[in-house]
Amino acid sequence: MTTVQDPKFTEFHDNDQKPVGFGRMLRKEDPRFVRGRGRYTDDIQLPGMLHLAILRSPFAHARVLSVDTSAAEASPGVRLVVTGAMLAEKGLAWMPTLSNDVQAVLATDKVRFQGQEVAFVVADDRYAARDALELIEVDYDVLEPVIDARRALEPDAPLIRDDLQGKENNHVFDWETGDEAATEAVFASADVVVQEDIVYPRVHPAPMETCGAVADFDAVEGKLRLWSTTQAPHAHRTLYAIVSGIPEHKIQVISPDLGGGFGNKVPIYPGYVCAIVGSILTGKPVKWMEDRSENLISTGFARDYIMRGEIAATRDGRILAIRTNVLADHGAFNGTAAPVKYPAGFFGVFTGSYDLQAAYCKMTAVYTNKAPGGVAYACSFRITEAVYLVERIVDCLAHELDMDPAELRLKNFIQPDQFPYETKTGWVYDSGNYEPTMRLAMDMAGYADLRKEQEEKRARGELMGIGISFFTEAVGAGPRKNMDILGLGMADGCELRVHPTGKAVVRLSVQTQGQGHETTFAQIVAEEIGIPPADIEVVHGDTDQTPFGLGTYGSRSTPVSGAAAALVARKVRDKAQIIASGMLEVSVADLEWVKGSFQVKGDPGKSVTIQDIAFRAHGAGDLPEGVEGGLEAQICYNPSNLTYPHGAYICVVDIDPGTAQVKVRRFVAVDDCGTRINPMIIEGQIHGGLTDGVGMALMEMIAFDEDGNCLGASLMDYLIPTSLEVPDWETGYTVTPSPHHPIGAKGVGESATVGSPPAIVNAVVDALKPFGVRHADMPLTPSRVWDAMRGRATPPI
Amino acid sequence: MSSGTAAPSQATSTSSISVTVDGSRYTDTVESRTLLVHYLRETIGKVGTVIGCDTSNCGSCTVLLGTADDPGHSVKSCSVLAVQADGANVTTVEGLAGPDGSLHAVQRAFHELHGLQCGFCTPGMIISAVDLLRDNPDPTDDEIRDGLSGNLCRCTGYQNIVRAVRAAGAELRAQVTEVRR
Repeated sequence: MTTVQDPKFTEFHDNDQKPVGFGRMLRKEDPRFVRGRGRYTDDIQLPGMLHLAILRSPFAHARVLSVDTSAAEASPGVRLVVTGAMLAEKGLAWMPTLSNDVQAVLATDKVRFQGQEVAFVVADDRYAARDALELIEVDYDVLEPVIDARRALEPDAPLIRDDLQGKENNHVFDWETGDEAATEAVFASADVVVQEDIVYPRVHPAPMETCGAVADFDAVEGKLRLWSTTQAPHAHRTLYAIVSGIPEHKIQVISPDLGGGFGNKVPIYPGYVCAIVGSILTGKPVKWMEDRSENLISTGFARDYIMRGEIAATRDGRILAIRTNVLADHGAFNGTAAPVKYPAGFFGVFTGSYDLQAAYCKMTAVYTNKAPGGVAYACSFRITEAVYLVERIVDCLAHELDMDPAELRLKNFIQPDQFPYETKTGWVYDSGNYEPTMRLAMDMAGYADLRKEQEEKRARGELMGIGISFFTEAVGAGPRKNMDILGLGMADGCELRVHPTGKAVVRLSVQTQGQGHETTFAQIVAEEIGIPPADIEVVHGDTDQTPFGLGTYGSRSTPVSGAAAALVARKVRDKAQIIASGMLEVSVADLEWVKGSFQVKGDPGKSVTIQDIAFRAHGAGDLPEGVEGGLEAQICYNPSNLTYPHGAYICVVDIDPGTAQVKVRRFVAVDDCGTRINPMIIEGQIHGGLTDGVGMALMEMIAFDEDGNCLGASLMDYLIPTSLEVPDWETGYTVTPSPHHPIGAKGVGESATVGSPPAIVNAVVDALKPFGVRHADMPLTPSRVWDAMRGRATPPI
Repeated sequence: MSSGTAAPSQATSTSSISVTVDGSRYTDTVESRTLLVHYLRETIGKVGTVIGCDTSNCGSCTVLLGTADDPGHSVKSCSVLAVQADGANVTTVEGLAGPDGSLHAVQRAFHELHGLQCGFCTPGMIISAVDLLRDNPDPTDDEIRDGLSGNLCRCTGYQNIVRAVRAAGAELRAQVTEVRR
């Protein structure tokens, strides 16, 4: 057989591919992944490694009366069985969460959600460990659970957190933002006020790779090595040090390749702690790898906001104010991963892309007998909920005014000359030029023609809907003066070292989970210092090898760590310029940077490349006065503000009137994330996020029955989109750089997950307009759409 | 009320199996209950094939199960016992590249058209695509989407995967034409 050695895919070759710096560059990560040579946590095999399995509660709320482990201990291959009582003796039965609450590692007094960790087994292999779980006998006294968040604060509601001193009810926190009185005044005098109850149901990020860890405690060195599925390895290391008493320099957290994160892998889970305890107690490496059901039932959920939205406007469609009241269901332990001073994350950006006179939000968060979480699944710290609220309520207003939703938005946009724009809730948007983005989306979609088509179809009784979402994101947490996670400022480090032969290594504090950092960070450094990206190795995920920083979530890598990478490269370039001045025997001021080399101004023949300079920096001969050898630098970047990317999304759905099945026929997404480092990778991020949106809007929900049984605890019930439920995405872009970012780049990874659900729901509601429907809650499954068509739309929770 | 009173499963009967994986023959003693995916990953170290669920939905563990003469078809190796693969010829993603290391057209197309991000679904997705293109060398986009509907991906939104499979199909057809010449 003849093999073609060099297959060509000319159809798809992109003209804007550049050899050095920004542009469409194929990923450095791919060669290992397409060959099955990635290394994920469950791929780690160490000598003598044991396997850990966790026994979980079958009940949502119950006292733990006794745990009998004797039969499990006698089971073949079992090395260790640990209960909550045993951990309590070591002070490890509880651990701090990222929101200054505590969470049970293993239940001692009570179980507080179905799926909660009760005991664990360490055995020779995963089969033996699972066998032994069956032999642990737990006596439970079943208690009434709190499932409906609306009833959590009723006087007779069962108390979930009786472990907390003085706690008498299920209240977690109250939070408010904006000016209540000013907002009330605007509402009191407005022509039009629209109110709607809007639920963002509980969903789950469900990364294809579940959570897991391999803990290896070496008693001789006193060193703990932990391979784990973490998006924030440095923050995890610090927390382990604080909780375990093992000094931080003796803890090495390694986050290897991650099979997706989507916010699911930010918190510390009991399983990680169990693996560490298991390794310390057995003296062997211990692997814990949860299965899918465990992932869905016990790890960080997303959303679960019950919102009442109100909007005030003039009769001709000038939006004046937005007000909202939110009930937040946080589950049994407050494990929300958000900056400490932001218990509701960045929900304050619910004023959206519109220039308002006033805004106010009041929120109450409660405990229920469900798994902890809340901030996950590309939410940018609750911006999914904020954008969903504003984009839904604006559509409700358009419905009320019988006004085109595109026209209503265009009429109320914050204008380009108003940036930096401070919202009525105190967020300072860095830059934006909304109308061209909106117009491009409308042009791509053929908006006017779509409305014509819809009119014709309606006349024939066909159900077609067009939904718009225009969103402003807030990503890149954040300025350390007011943003920290458990006291750790949200800055990010970066180190760049240029080797003698002009190759380089850049070390990041952020951790990719598929977003392509190994490629794009090489591009950022390449753009600044002229070394080809192929010659730049990106190192991340190993706390012994990389500078401290807060990790990847909230689309913060480009805004924070990307800025650090650009600035550290400039720092190295500045030093290179001094060395170049010595080599060329001219003053520094006489040199100009032409990407990749310094030239003597007015004499292009006299120049040295960055590679020449690197060799000189490490080589023989004198360097200019005061210059040390080597060519490297480090930085810790503290952002001055977040970045505020925006986007215009238009969705077209068709609904089968006989089955109420929604089909997403088209989806146009125009994003503006400022300077674009790698268009190919941005497009892939958008495709993935839009698919999340289809999942949340139409399919996904973690539901519970009245006893607290989780009804979405496997992929049989928790439906995520396959290739059949999603269309070919149509993407476009505009470029409005961030003025405060060194390369003008904004984050983008979560934009599509944030922006797409309201577009899809708005489209479905638009299709149902002939039925008089103004709102219907996600997930818009056939049965729920069918109910809406018959005037029986009910909230999903 | 109590839980966890199920009788212990002491079913640890073992069998000897002989299986060819990616061109190498392995003979091992396995428990009857050992899943093929665990055999591949843990006994012979083929960790390129991964596990994404526990209900046979996600397809991350897809491999080709065939005989010496026939590459066979894609199966979810989490839903096959290792003993059922006795005498079989298994192809994982690690066995697709040529002896000189050159990528299979499907692997190459996934790279060139950005059909992967975290890479976790990729091994199963590539194997399913290889199988699909053998059954249907010139599939339409709808046929590709249908053919890959047993493989979940959380990162890509599928579109670039569809493009990659289409491009790889064209490439493989060109290779066949080349052979016929």
